[in-house]
Amino acid sequence: MSGDVPANRPPLSLHVPEPRFRPGDAVDYAHVEVPPAGSARRPEPGDAAASFHELAFGLVRVLDEENRAVGPWAPRLSPDVLRQMLRNMALVRAFDERMFRAQRQGKTSFYMKSTGEEAVSVAAAMAMQRDDMCFPSYRQQGILITRDYSLVEMMNQIYSNRGDKLQGKQLPIMYSAKDYGFFSISGNLATQYPQAVGWAMASAAKGDSRIAATWCGEGSTAEGDFHSALTFATVYRAPVIFNVVNNQWAISSFSGFAGAEATTFAARAVGYGIAGLRIDGNDALAVYAATEWAAERARTNAGPTLIEHFTYRAEGHSTSDDPTAYRSADEATGWPLGDPIRRLRDHLIAIGEWDLERHAAQDLELAEQVKRAQKEAEANGILGHGLHQPLDTLFDGVFEEMPWHLREQQAQMLAEEEASGRPWARK
Amino acid sequence: MTDEMIETAAPAGGETSRMNMIQAINSALDVMMGRDDDVLVMGEDVGYFGGVFRATAGLQQKYGKTRVFDTPITEIGIIGVAIGMGAYGLRPVPEIQFADYIYPALDQLVSEAARLRYRSAGEFTAPITVRSPYGGGIFGGQTHSQSPEGIFTHVSGIKTVIPSTPYDAKGLLIAAIEDNDPVLFLEPKRIYNGPFDGNWDRPAKNWSAHPGGAVPAGYYRIELGKAATVREGGDLTILAYGTMVHVVQAVVEEAGVDAEILDLRTLVPLDIEAIEVSVKKTGRCMIVHEATRTGGFGAELSALVTERCFHHLEAPVERVTGFDTPYPHSLEWAYFPGPVRIGQALKKIMKD
Repeated sequence: MSGDVPANRPPLSLHVPEPRFRPGDAVDYAHVEVPPAGSARRPEPGDAAASFHELAFGLVRVLDEENRAVGPWAPRLSPDVLRQMLRNMALVRAFDERMFRAQRQGKTSFYMKSTGEEAVSVAAAMAMQRDDMCFPSYRQQGILITRDYSLVEMMNQIYSNRGDKLQGKQLPIMYSAKDYGFFSISGNLATQYPQAVGWAMASAAKGDSRIAATWCGEGSTAEGDFHSALTFATVYRAPVIFNVVNNQWAISSFSGFAGAEATTFAARAVGYGIAGLRIDGNDALAVYAATEWAAERARTNAGPTLIEHFTYRAEGHSTSDDPTAYRSADEATGWPLGDPIRRLRDHLIAIGEWDLERHAAQDLELAEQVKRAQKEAEANGILGHGLHQPLDTLFDGVFEEMPWHLREQQAQMLAEEEASGRPWARK
Repeated sequence: MTDEMIETAAPAGGETSRMNMIQAINSALDVMMGRDDDVLVMGEDVGYFGGVFRATAGLQQKYGKTRVFDTPITEIGIIGVAIGMGAYGLRPVPEIQFADYIYPALDQLVSEAARLRYRSAGEFTAPITVRSPYGGGIFGGQTHSQSPEGIFTHVSGIKTVIPSTPYDAKGLLIAAIEDNDPVLFLEPKRIYNGPFDGNWDRPAKNWSAHPGGAVPAGYYRIELGKAATVREGGDLTILAYGTMVHVVQAVVEEAGVDAEILDLRTLVPLDIEAIEVSVKKTGRCMIVHEATRTGGFGAELSALVTERCFHHLEAPVERVTGFDTPYPHSLEWAYFPGPVRIGQALKKIMKD
């Protein structure tokens, strides 16, 4: 069906976004505007959001091309803190490498790497207080690692093994760690956004001092939950930090399908009257500085901040994804903002606080640490070798108290196991 | 049908070839887009990439970006926009990447698509077909495994269709696209690549040896609302759909029970006549679905059979379902209504 087009009115046409590069294309990032490090101004954290709208369209950068930390956003961290930041990021990468390989070896069903995005979670977690509450998406394992969560616990969850405190109930990497200020990961997109606002509102209502932070990808900003969250946050000036990790790709859909052709994601804040910062997400110091600023804004009841972390998803969406089918392999290697670990490493070297030998030694040490943790976790079993939880845990936690119908079904299940002659869960 | 008729009747849909369910669905979309310029496909990752399960592979290249396009990640947006396109006069086939992600779209489906014809007295309709992979058995955890059909069968105004073979998938999808009412087309992803007998630790089969894997290349329809008798028998009637049709068949063969197995294919509107005829003949009825038990579609089937066939029943209606828990990750096979659960129910109903 098509409507009749009167001669005096031009026919319409439908715009469907298309990424610049597809497999095999040479990549040219000339269209990506990279302002000089240090050029963005730093307003006071309590300033009115409307007075610094340009920061939602620019790009806050701290590390310059000579690996110096420059400008008003430079957080002036001690070498010890910088080295810790570097170590945390390198540990995340080592962990990802090892667990990706474990999935490929058939030891578990699924894994998601955060390669290239380590700064987004590590530096942010370091800029917050240890008891501030995080509502992450599925790619912020760096928060747990920064907060010294046990690698063995993470792996137990990935393997759904006997040691998994989530009892094998969740898909690998959907961690939950309340004592570490880390909310249970859902897997559904952006659902954590309004929940973070609710937590922050509760904290404010109770006169608490803790704030909340949440993360989602740029693709997820299309979900209704994102917009509901921003509305509540501005209405109640909730003490919350919204992080949009713009890693350019949502599985095979480039950021244009979330609106990036028309504006920035930080600019979403403008319409809601929320502070918006667009930052270089591969610059750990910019991530730290922006988070520290937003945390102070939240803690002084000046309201929420939305931070767009401009970064790049260097690997596939998950172990189920093959990015070579839809994007140019040159995209990752040519990314104009480099690699977050390498950039922080080079900064530490430039200020005389690190060298390549120590870095290589640290990489080896971290790989060993991850390997040791893996061995320990695998002693609790791996998913590939069958089911590890006692069968009756299947019914734990549906309700606080088990109603009659679940008790009946639980008994039925145990009878089935008996009848099967295959005691699945007793390995 | 006589031998002579088989020889002379041109088969609907032309030459057949071996397809898996993904290929059959792709073929249905291709056929319908070729026949009708108003059919369009939209959803997350369905365009250039061709869908995370490849169901829309090649369609954008063939029909262009204004008829096959990626969408923002907003399920309520996808369905709402499809309704608007339907109101214009198009026939959109939106995809929700996993049925587990359909809930943000509930308002548009339940309050809008399902009621548009009714509330406008037919002035506007929503001739959309929402495709969505559903069901477990792939270690997908609670967000890639659910069977939400019972939520939608409870809503007046939406048709719910679930195929169990590549042949049915294509014929039913074509009928769904041609239907002028909104249709939820749930695809059992565990059997995309082959039938599944419920034994997760045995090697996977593909569709090449299954009669339902022979799929005509061209156009054919399987009318909505018609069940298929996949096995005739006299001892009892088993009602199933999707993946469970194959699990039930395998259990029945192994148990040596003379069961009549009906593949419902369409849950709403339901082929009540086929159910009644069969249950009145066998005197026993078992219902098998993977979805949770309480308030599931099995409860509706059980009520209907009891209301309509009570005096013919020799045993209480038996339901075999998933348990009333979220879909677990590692204990997936303890949750799944597999051969043991079905076998035990079979013994019970035959003893009663």
